[in-house]
Amino acid sequence: MTPARGRSSSRLARDAAPDAPDLFAVPPLNTDGAAAAASFAVPVKTTGESAQQAIAVSTLTETAKAVLEGAFTPLWVRGEVSDFKAHRNGHWYFCLRDATAQVRCVVWSRNQRRIPAPPDDGMQVSACGQLSVYAARGDMQFVVTAMEAAGDGLWRKALELSLKRLQADGLTAPERKRRIPAFPRRIAVITSPDGAALRDVMAVVRRRWPLVELVVVPAKVQGEGATEELIAALGRVNRWGGADTVIIGRGGGAREDLWAFNDERVARALAACTAPTISAVGHEVDTTLCDLVADLRAPTPSAAAEAAVPVLADERDHLAVFARNLRQGLTGRAADMRARLELSHRDLRRRGEQLVESRRARLEAVAGRLHALSPLATLARGFAVARGADGEPLTSAHQFSPGLAFALVLRDGRVPSQATGAPELSAPDAATPEPGE
Amino acid sequence: MAYEQDVQRLEQIIAALDRRDLDLDAALRLFEEGVERLRAASAALGAAEASVRQLVEQADGSLGLADFNR
Repeated sequence: MTPARGRSSSRLARDAAPDAPDLFAVPPLNTDGAAAAASFAVPVKTTGESAQQAIAVSTLTETAKAVLEGAFTPLWVRGEVSDFKAHRNGHWYFCLRDATAQVRCVVWSRNQRRIPAPPDDGMQVSACGQLSVYAARGDMQFVVTAMEAAGDGLWRKALELSLKRLQADGLTAPERKRRIPAFPRRIAVITSPDGAALRDVMAVVRRRWPLVELVVVPAKVQGEGATEELIAALGRVNRWGGADTVIIGRGGGAREDLWAFNDERVARALAACTAPTISAVGHEVDTTLCDLVADLRAPTPSAAAEAAVPVLADERDHLAVFARNLRQGLTGRAADMRARLELSHRDLRRRGEQLVESRRARLEAVAGRLHALSPLATLARGFAVARGADGEPLTSAHQFSPGLAFALVLRDGRVPSQATGAPELSAPDAATPEPGE
Repeated sequence: MAYEQDVQRLEQIIAALDRRDLDLDAALRLFEEGVERLRAASAALGAAEASVRQLVEQADGSLGLADFNR
């Protein structure tokens, strides 16, 4: 029911919308329109022309609403936000004002997802909406469906809020970062199949490490639907499960082209990736949310590829070094063995010599003692020994009988002798047993 | 990748061979294993052309690889 959609008012709105945000300066709508609306909307006979013809309040506001909505197509209005309230019912309420005027605004909850973040009081914004009437209060109300803030303010705020949430969930923590596999077999590359990013990655991989399989996972990286496609691609990579490393990125672009990589849902999908991830959003100035949750941030797709694969020539050099070290290791051990053997040999010889030496010393000591105890030594001191015919020493007087022939052994020779009489025993000796018996 | 395991094992073997307390028998065994690993690793680095495939989702939701031509 849009009774007031008169030709003149709709032309007014159309003319005003593109470049005339100061639309509020427009004079009130002509009374013909209002009257026509009233006559159309209200039951017959209540035209409001007299007390008897008075119309209901709701009729008035509904008519006003219809007239306003008919007069203004959606348009952009700029002003400063004040009295912002996110109501429990899910809707946002605030005022847009300038130095001399203000208008009440509402953002229905269903329209909020198109606005990056709720605006802050004092923020300069442009809001796109439909002028209407809130009948219950009789207020004029601007129903906002889109909003932008000066200097990307809303985007920045949205980014900060997303970052806070990601941080609160620990998704940007350094200790969460995984090591990028040194020798991947398969690398999934989530990017536009036509973009420079993919070409760069392919070129680097072919040059450095042509042993890896690149698996392209196509996704739009900017514009409408990019967010959803990136999330879907990340989901597919996880479901497939064949990637050792995941590169997600795009070539350099304007700041607004990177927005999909600043989407919190994309960042969360990236954080949920089962394989280690490298972000390669080619923008030197801005760090995207994807950069912050990826296991590694590369400044460009080429740099991402370089971080993802080793250099074949370097690896061949490594192997050559290994071969040399192996040989040297073995010859080193063999040389050690030989040195050790020589050392033991020398030890053995020395110990042998020591043994011989100590035995000789002991022998000499024994010989010395033996010498000291030898009867020869006694003889040398001037004593004599008598020996019988059998050569045994005669050590007791009892062994002698008159006429017994014996030899007297002295230091320098022996003298044949004969006993000339019976032995004369010395008394104390008689009782002692004879040694040698 | 087997290459990475070969390389890691080679590093271990070389470190072990550098230990002076290793007996000759063990050193020889390690050396032989090292030579074998080295041969495998070198073979893994043999000429190969980087292949580029594309992850494609079938109508039944299953995922497979197809040639990537562009």
